[in-house]
Amino acid sequence: MALATLAQTPAVPLDEAGQYVAGAYIVFVVLLVVYVGLMAAKLGRISRDLEELAVIAESKEHDSRQQTADSGTGREAAREPVA
Amino acid sequence: MNLSLRALAIATAVLIGAGFALVFFHAPIDADQGFIQKIFYLHVPLAIVALIGFVVAAVHAIRHLRSGDPIHDARSYVSIHTSVIFGVAVLITGAIWAKASWGQWWVWDEPTLVSFLIVFLLYATYYPLRYAIPDRERQARYASVFAITAGAFVPLNFMAVRAAESLVHPRTFATADGGLPSEVWLVFLVCLAGIAALWWTLVRFELTAKRTSAQISRLRRALEGGAPSPGSGGVAARIAPGVAR
Repeated sequence: MALATLAQTPAVPLDEAGQYVAGAYIVFVVLLVVYVGLMAAKLGRISRDLEELAVIAESKEHDSRQQTADSGTGREAAREPVA
Repeated sequence: MNLSLRALAIATAVLIGAGFALVFFHAPIDADQGFIQKIFYLHVPLAIVALIGFVVAAVHAIRHLRSGDPIHDARSYVSIHTSVIFGVAVLITGAIWAKASWGQWWVWDEPTLVSFLIVFLLYATYYPLRYAIPDRERQARYASVFAITAGAFVPLNFMAVRAAESLVHPRTFATADGGLPSEVWLVFLVCLAGIAALWWTLVRFELTAKRTSAQISRLRRALEGGAPSPGSGGVAARIAPGVAR
């Protein structure tokens, strides 16, 4: 529907000159889309890296809590009188 | 994406959309070239912005050599990178116009075409030059020297072309019969503003991506407790956190 409307628009004559003009503008749009696609891939990598770092940070936090809990249990065990 | 970058991207989309709408629905058909002249509203702004981008890169390179701040090196790098992409668009749209207007994709004895190709190829050597140097500090210094030298060549080249005798390529702003009509000027300026905004948006976008990559690398090193590997991260690794604006 939109293409049919565009084809009938007098501002875009689809003769030989119109095809060259359309070609030039399409090249520009394609280059832009390729660039945006590459940047999107880069942002995807950044997002994956961030997720990976979040996992590392969480596992470190978990380890440190575990160590704190272990050392606390150890101190309590040392304070208990031996029967 | 921070707010200003988002606002810039929206402004760019509006300007380019308005510019292209004006090109096809408002700008008059050129009496000499006919409909094919519509390429002018895309090709010429791209060329102007690409060349100015190379000069901007040279200015950042000067600031880098004066201050030693890696952010200026990153800005110079990204400016050249974006201008080279625009240069590809200039060469392709120019070749399409030449084919429609002259019947040939390329004319070797036309100074405007050949000089732009020389500038483009000159900047195409920036990447192998830069990445042939493993040491990051030296890499940045040499790249800055290259950007300054090549950036000085751009206006000299432009002036030499304007002074050249061969005028097969149309002169945009200064013709014998008084230059552009006001309607064409309006459309041209909107397109120029749109393309300039696009250049700026892409530069900001890429700098933000590089800054984020650099921060992730720092965070990874801090979390894993490892030393940075030599040469890792490229330009991104050289950007200090929080300074890539």
